[in-house]
Amino acid sequence: MRGTGLIDCDVHNAVSSDAALLPYLPARWRRHLDLVGSRTFSPFTKGYAYPKAARFASRRDAWPPSGGLPGSDLDFMRAQLLDAYGIEHAVLNCLYRAPEQRNDAFGAALAAAVNDWQVEHWLERDSRLRASVTVPFESPDLAAVEIDRAAAHHGFVQVLLYPRSMAPLGKRRYWPIYEAACRAGLPVGIHAASTTPGPTTASGWPSYYIEDHTGLAVAFQAQVSSLIFEGVFDRFPALRVVLMEGGFAWVPALMARLDALHHRLRDEVPDLEHPPSHYLRHRIRITTQPMEEPERPGDLVPLLREIGQDVLMFSTDYPHWDFDDPQRAFRTRVPADLHQRIMYDNARAQYRFAA
Amino acid sequence: MRTVVVAAVGEIPPGGRKIVEIEGRSIGVFHLADGYVALRNACPHEGAPLCRGALSGAVTSPAPGRYRYERRGEILRCPWHQWEFDVRTGRSWVDPDRVRVRSYPVTVDGTQVIVHV
Repeated sequence: MRGTGLIDCDVHNAVSSDAALLPYLPARWRRHLDLVGSRTFSPFTKGYAYPKAARFASRRDAWPPSGGLPGSDLDFMRAQLLDAYGIEHAVLNCLYRAPEQRNDAFGAALAAAVNDWQVEHWLERDSRLRASVTVPFESPDLAAVEIDRAAAHHGFVQVLLYPRSMAPLGKRRYWPIYEAACRAGLPVGIHAASTTPGPTTASGWPSYYIEDHTGLAVAFQAQVSSLIFEGVFDRFPALRVVLMEGGFAWVPALMARLDALHHRLRDEVPDLEHPPSHYLRHRIRITTQPMEEPERPGDLVPLLREIGQDVLMFSTDYPHWDFDDPQRAFRTRVPADLHQRIMYDNARAQYRFAA
Repeated sequence: MRTVVVAAVGEIPPGGRKIVEIEGRSIGVFHLADGYVALRNACPHEGAPLCRGALSGAVTSPAPGRYRYERRGEILRCPWHQWEFDVRTGRSWVDPDRVRVRSYPVTVDGTQVIVHV
């Protein structure tokens, strides 16, 4: 990427332990953390539902020499990612489990603590970094309060949701989040994440991580359909949505299918202002990692063209085990104009980074 | 072919490894049970530092319900995407003919471990 800029739209900073958040929690919730601790909807109090491919789902070489979790040491992240690849801006998505708490108010307090911790330890320490606002999205009124509060810091460029929600994200109950995001001028990002209450696939709980990982693409399709048909994009004309780590090969098929069905069934959704594919092309952006790797690598280029030159934004997913190297992720030659848009231009426009 | 001394005998313990720089190339030297092997430290998939990956074995099965864990310490897993390589040949486990990493002969000359590049 020498000569052209590079923006990484999905990097994970990690809270190494709950203790790191204590300075940002009110006494009432510090006590709660001490007495009750984290109670999520996951059956696993520690760790995640699947062992994944590697410890903490991370690159084996991403454990900082200083100790702590991958993604918890800014200096090491600088050396291994930001400096190594000449990244101009990176968007941090902290996957700390604040939004998954059963206690709504505790989840909101944790989310606020995560955001304050991000400001102090990340955003104010490296001008290349931006971050998503962690919100308790299953309590949309509390999430809206946190968006209003956190968005005051210019380093926050997005609101973070997960695709495994209690109900499809287009439902009215979630609209206060979109209202607040529009008020703050921020897009809403939906990032693949661990166990929120629903099963990980549309057909219940699978046995293997390989099923879980693949099922995410289907979860994203369900969320996109919900946002379109519940009228979220029409109701909030300023709203932009970013899909992160859900794959993208499914996009042309979904657009074709939704448009074809809309021709025949549009009486059911008479309020929709555009054909479904319009929203996908104009209101939704998608990050590239995990990169599709077709059997014949060259088959990727027509796929990128079909999705649209404005839609895809490059991401590495550092420090996770399925990290994409900015110089090697496309295993085929991508035409220069398209490459430039994916690596830089689209993200710059989406997040309004200064030139 | 050039010969490069990369370590003293005894410096790399059995099961251990040393990553060296030779003419701008990063190369991993592994001490197996019966000698040394050397591989290019770059995964052919996305260029990860392959030789920093975990060494494990392979599970094989001659028949349903019967399995064996064999070749302990001879299967190298890439630290990023977990692609597996035979540390003795550099060939990948899933697609040995098409996906392979360069391997180099290693000899021991008295007290020195020598890689031939």
